[in-house]
Amino acid sequence: MKKQRIALLGAALATAVALAACGSAGGGAATAGASADPNAVVQVGSLYEPQNLDNTAGGGQGITEAFNGNVYEGLFRLTDDGKVEPLLAAAHTVSPDGLVYTFTLRDGVTFHSGKQLTSADVKYSIEKVLAPDSKSARKSSFPEIKQIATPDPKTVTITLATRSISFVYNLSYVWIVNDQAGNLQAKEDGTGPYKLDSWKRGSSLSLTKSPSYWGTPATNGGVVFHYFTDGSALDNALLTNAVDVVTSEQNPDALAQFTDNPAYKVNDGKSTTKLLLAFNDRVAPFNDVKVRKAVSAAIDDKKLLQSIWGDHGTLIGSMVPPSDPWHTDLTGVNAYNVDEARKLLADAGHAGGFSFTLDTPNYDPHPTVAAFVKSELAKVGITVNINVITPDQWYTKVYQNKDFTATLQEHVNDRDVVWYGDPSFYWGYDNPQVTDWIKQAEQASSEADQTELLKKADRQIAEDAASDWLYLYPQIVVASTKLSGYPVNGLNSQFFAYGISKG
Amino acid sequence: MTRYLVRRAALLVGTLFLASIVLFVLLRLLPGDPANALLSVGATPDQVAAARHQIGTDRPLPAQFGHWLSQLATLHFGTSFVSSLPVGPEIVSRLAVTVPLTLAAFVLAVVVAVPVGFVAAHRSHTWYGGLVGVVSQLGIAVPAFWLGLLLVWLFALRLRVLPAGGFPPAGWSAFGDALTALVLPVVTVAVVMAASLIRYVRSATLDVLGSDHIRTARALGSSFVGAMWRHGVRNAAVPVVSVLGIELATTFLGAVVIESVFALPGLGSLLVRGIAQHDYPVIQGVLFVSTFAVLVVGFLADVAQRLIDPRLRGAVARR
Repeated sequence: MKKQRIALLGAALATAVALAACGSAGGGAATAGASADPNAVVQVGSLYEPQNLDNTAGGGQGITEAFNGNVYEGLFRLTDDGKVEPLLAAAHTVSPDGLVYTFTLRDGVTFHSGKQLTSADVKYSIEKVLAPDSKSARKSSFPEIKQIATPDPKTVTITLATRSISFVYNLSYVWIVNDQAGNLQAKEDGTGPYKLDSWKRGSSLSLTKSPSYWGTPATNGGVVFHYFTDGSALDNALLTNAVDVVTSEQNPDALAQFTDNPAYKVNDGKSTTKLLLAFNDRVAPFNDVKVRKAVSAAIDDKKLLQSIWGDHGTLIGSMVPPSDPWHTDLTGVNAYNVDEARKLLADAGHAGGFSFTLDTPNYDPHPTVAAFVKSELAKVGITVNINVITPDQWYTKVYQNKDFTATLQEHVNDRDVVWYGDPSFYWGYDNPQVTDWIKQAEQASSEADQTELLKKADRQIAEDAASDWLYLYPQIVVASTKLSGYPVNGLNSQFFAYGISKG
Repeated sequence: MTRYLVRRAALLVGTLFLASIVLFVLLRLLPGDPANALLSVGATPDQVAAARHQIGTDRPLPAQFGHWLSQLATLHFGTSFVSSLPVGPEIVSRLAVTVPLTLAAFVLAVVVAVPVGFVAAHRSHTWYGGLVGVVSQLGIAVPAFWLGLLLVWLFALRLRVLPAGGFPPAGWSAFGDALTALVLPVVTVAVVMAASLIRYVRSATLDVLGSDHIRTARALGSSFVGAMWRHGVRNAAVPVVSVLGIELATTFLGAVVIESVFALPGLGSLLVRGIAQHDYPVIQGVLFVSTFAVLVVGFLADVAQRLIDPRLRGAVARR
């Protein structure tokens, strides 16, 4: 009983906290087998059922997984290995001051409804993301847009108020939809290689090949996403061939039955999901950098990761995962060192220790992690009071009201180190130098400058122990060996299905 | 009897109305804000306010309640806060799984429990009578989800004769697949249900067997079967029928754990998801439908009891 409930709530929170993502995939996995059947339907098993079919209306990570790149396409695509490449934009130019972007649309693209893609659709789609009632989590990542002009049906000109080096990257999260389609919460009208066949809520979502697709058609006959609330039920479905692939294995105990079985392949992809012990940097005792460093040094992250995921997962020293362009290995900063932790605590005037409340989400792995943190910190005299809360309480208490001392939370997105440049974010890290670097990075004129500045910011937050980054989750795709060509990295939760072959 | 039926039906409607007030008010007392479920990290206060306005939770409670009632009067359950899709069709599609699951498990449980419980009582001093007692006790102690996992392991993973879970996307139009999908869940629910039913049947039968009127009937020359049929079954059935009603009602929503183990899109999992997301229209819709179902089952059980036992009819007439 308990386990089922936890899985349910986990899925619910994942949709609430995940910055609804888009774009990526393609590359990665192996090439098709010789015996692949072009009409075979790929059965995909997932724990993330969409809330609805619109990513600007709170569809959640599930709809990104099912639709991004499969049903809808953007001007650009974020590939499975993290590169941004043109998709519906055939070409683009940027003015020397970095403020005016001109995009030329690809020829011969039609929506599933048959309508031709025009610049008006692009304008409509971007405005849909930025609209006041938009629930797109990417909304706040966009720079201020002064004007979107459509001089002719093939051309879109966007004028920004400030430079934004991430603008093109962020556009890969914008689905281009038909401007005449109306409400898209229960239907779709995209340009992708698949169109929606049916959606049985609580159960499955089927996609069939779009006959009018402008690009290379899918290498399979269609995809069915099967939704589960229980990880073991999902694993059983894979074991009985009811599904061919699991998009994100969340059950560490289940891995052995696939690793030792020649009928399955366990893929360790690149992950962007970080587990944080997030301090409230505004309030005592965590407004003191020494205390934060002491706590970081007192917890053996390696032992924690090993106990939860065995040989999977990666240690991180800061918010930047290895797949982000500005990654530096910072695991040596505030590394595990109990003596150092004690010394820092004494310096901070807490030689006798102190106690604090840790707001712990009630689903896996947080309760286990909280217990581990409690026992580690007890060794340096710190008492942890574990306060278990629901995802909804977390959102209200911690995220909105900032009424907490420390909390555990997973942060799923790539390139999200920039939150440390926002002093009003829930963890309240406020270093004007870092804020400035991150702001400058966004307005940088080259990616090299951007990378340079974000590296500086990243090192500074690590040295300030702005949060304690416990580990990077593994990103595990388990698939039948009959399958090839599937994405393994699942950047920002997408799952590009069009390259999958089933033998 | 007609007068009783009319009065009982009026009571049903009145109870349903009171229940709808209670569940509406209780839901609003839950901590948390449904607008949160719609938004993600990075939401501004304006976005929160817009979300509240959009779903109508910024309006006064009586207005929200009145709106809901007026929708119900036209058989509409409103629109989900989270998906913005109508709740009614979703509940109907979930009922297509939950109702067959519940009824089939119920019938199976009754078919097994009544004869077994009777034999266990009638032959309570034999070894198999005792065994039934032990096994049914075990059946009550075993958690349903564990039994479900065990059955999946055996029939789906080892023997590979039945699916491990899921329900065909085509629903009941893929009749064979839908049927096989429900076999293991039905058996799981039925076993747990039968285990407690057996004990009720057994104790009700034991009471009757030891009663004076059976002894008298036997003394007057009735055969055992004749005495039991004329005087025993009716008396034993009264308490069993009321337990049956309760069991049926519990399973209706209580199958949520089984739904999760077998990945079935049933009513219980819809309710759990609705609660996790503060999706009031979904929670209200599911609870209203299930309250209605429970009340109807209670109604039927009461009527059945009166048909079985004339003394209860007399009690109403005297009132």
